[in-house]
Amino acid sequence: MELQRKRKLGVSTSRKIFVLVNTVLMVALVLICFLPFWHMCVASVSDPFYVRQHKGMMLWPSGFNVMGYKLVLQKPVIITGFGNSVFITLVGTTISMFISCLGAYVLSKRNVYWNKLFMKMITVTMFISGGLVPFYLVVQALGLFDSIWAFILPYCLSTWNMLIMRSSFRAIPLSLEESASIDGATDFTILFRLIVPLSLPVMAVMVLFYALSYWGSWFPGVLFIRSTAKQPLQLIMRGILILGDTTSMGTSSELSELSEEYYVELVKYTTIVIATAPIIIVYPFLQKYFVSGIMVGSLKE
Amino acid sequence: MTETGVRSVKRKMGYGAFLRKDFEKHWRLYLMFLPVLAFYIIFQYAPMYGVAIAFTRYNIRKGLLGSTFVGFKNFVDFFNSYYFTRLLGNTLRLNLADLVFAWPTSIYFALLLNEIGNKFFKRTVQTFTYLPHFISTVVVCGIVTSFCSTYGSITNLVVAIGGDRLNLLSRKELFTGIYVFINAWQGMGYGSIIYLAAIAGINQELYEAALIDGAGRLKQTWHITLPGILPTIMTLLILRIGNIMSVSFEKILLLQNDMNIEVSDVISTFVYRKGLEEAVYGYSTAVGLFNSAVSLLFLFSANFASRKLTENSLW
Repeated sequence: MELQRKRKLGVSTSRKIFVLVNTVLMVALVLICFLPFWHMCVASVSDPFYVRQHKGMMLWPSGFNVMGYKLVLQKPVIITGFGNSVFITLVGTTISMFISCLGAYVLSKRNVYWNKLFMKMITVTMFISGGLVPFYLVVQALGLFDSIWAFILPYCLSTWNMLIMRSSFRAIPLSLEESASIDGATDFTILFRLIVPLSLPVMAVMVLFYALSYWGSWFPGVLFIRSTAKQPLQLIMRGILILGDTTSMGTSSELSELSEEYYVELVKYTTIVIATAPIIIVYPFLQKYFVSGIMVGSLKE
Repeated sequence: MTETGVRSVKRKMGYGAFLRKDFEKHWRLYLMFLPVLAFYIIFQYAPMYGVAIAFTRYNIRKGLLGSTFVGFKNFVDFFNSYYFTRLLGNTLRLNLADLVFAWPTSIYFALLLNEIGNKFFKRTVQTFTYLPHFISTVVVCGIVTSFCSTYGSITNLVVAIGGDRLNLLSRKELFTGIYVFINAWQGMGYGSIIYLAAIAGINQELYEAALIDGAGRLKQTWHITLPGILPTIMTLLILRIGNIMSVSFEKILLLQNDMNIEVSDVISTFVYRKGLEEAVYGYSTAVGLFNSAVSLLFLFSANFASRKLTENSLW
């Protein structure tokens, strides 16, 4: 009775205040997360004069012009960089997913004797590692120096991801696997035609995690790459954004009228938009996958 | 096969025969596992042998066996060096600040999100707050560098409220704050997903019972929600502490510059500089080894403390 009366009377004042404050806070957080990107997009299509002058964040383009994009998209380093990044992401994600599935499948089996040892071996590596220098020397010794494969092979397996896949595979009823093998399916077939399709949300999340990791990969380039043509986009961006090295952009007749300084900010914003655009475009479609995938993965652990 | 089943089979057949049977039955699986095994052996375990380099004055031309063995000299040199206090101090300070101020924001955010009634508003907030996590490190640091530069947007705001017109990243006193803020900005939204999942798993009847007993929302949160997600929090906390010495290496490397290096140089960036830029392999590997050892110490301590205090632990 008490409960019903309380519900009929509505919410208390303190609750109303809380809801108001919470709502305002949420809106503020959304703005903090979103404004930097909005500012970049807007600034990248604005006249560089206003970009330099403007205090705080820009909300709308001033002096609309696409000079920034013309400058940036014509530079060879950006094009090769983008191509390298796409290669690394596509090839890397494919290899990673393939190997992770194999590993997760084998590890998910309950009566395989060596699995106990394998599991211990693998979890140890999450906490102990040889260190940067020995890792560098090993990759060098493998002949991966100045090769684009240096971005992929040493990083193709993430223990964390594989263990999440394993938990997800374990949740699939054994009877399904058994009836499939009775029908004559090999382990390979069972894995790729039965288990993977049944774990689609988790698979989608893993693809997302791996792809993001490869797309954002730049440090292996610092360690192992010496030729500019093999640098991925992120590494080139580091040069432009952080080291302030716009000389790799080269000069053009359009720039020679005004000093490089003038275009520096504009170029930075434009490059950021170009490198982040793929992610922001794909993001809304992926959101439902990774949220459900994480929930599945974490609950099963 | 149950545990006793395996053992009884072993006893009946003998160990060797048991292994053979296991191979006969599962050889295809072991074959499938080969690439995975190869990966771990080549890229994880082979470098572990490389720690022997830490005990030598490694010369890349002479190789491991040809280089002079110096025992613990590299470690002693490091402890006695000018850099030691600075590096250790920075590593611990940045990590502690991140742990105390940035890491829990996901928890607070999850709790607050949980209070939002309107599903549409909730989902919109989530969409926007998850976004920063997906932006690559280089871009995030590029954005920060740009906004904090001498004429950057944030610097302009600082000047507007009366501050000096200085590149914010060159100001030593601001580095820790900037670093913590970036971690919170990127991690808050995404990190809350797992807590929201945990909150969803709490028995709703507990809340109804509490409401009947007259508990307001705050009391409900303290007595039901928090204890309900405590296992999740502790697991993630232990893992986080285990990573304590490897504070986001990439971010710091990108944000470092000559002006802030005194407060931004951490052990992992030092290992990188000494080892890969200056090629002082032996010394740098020793420092890295020290780093890992301390990390493990923290991990075991955190796990032990958690087990004693909250009965949750990783092992």
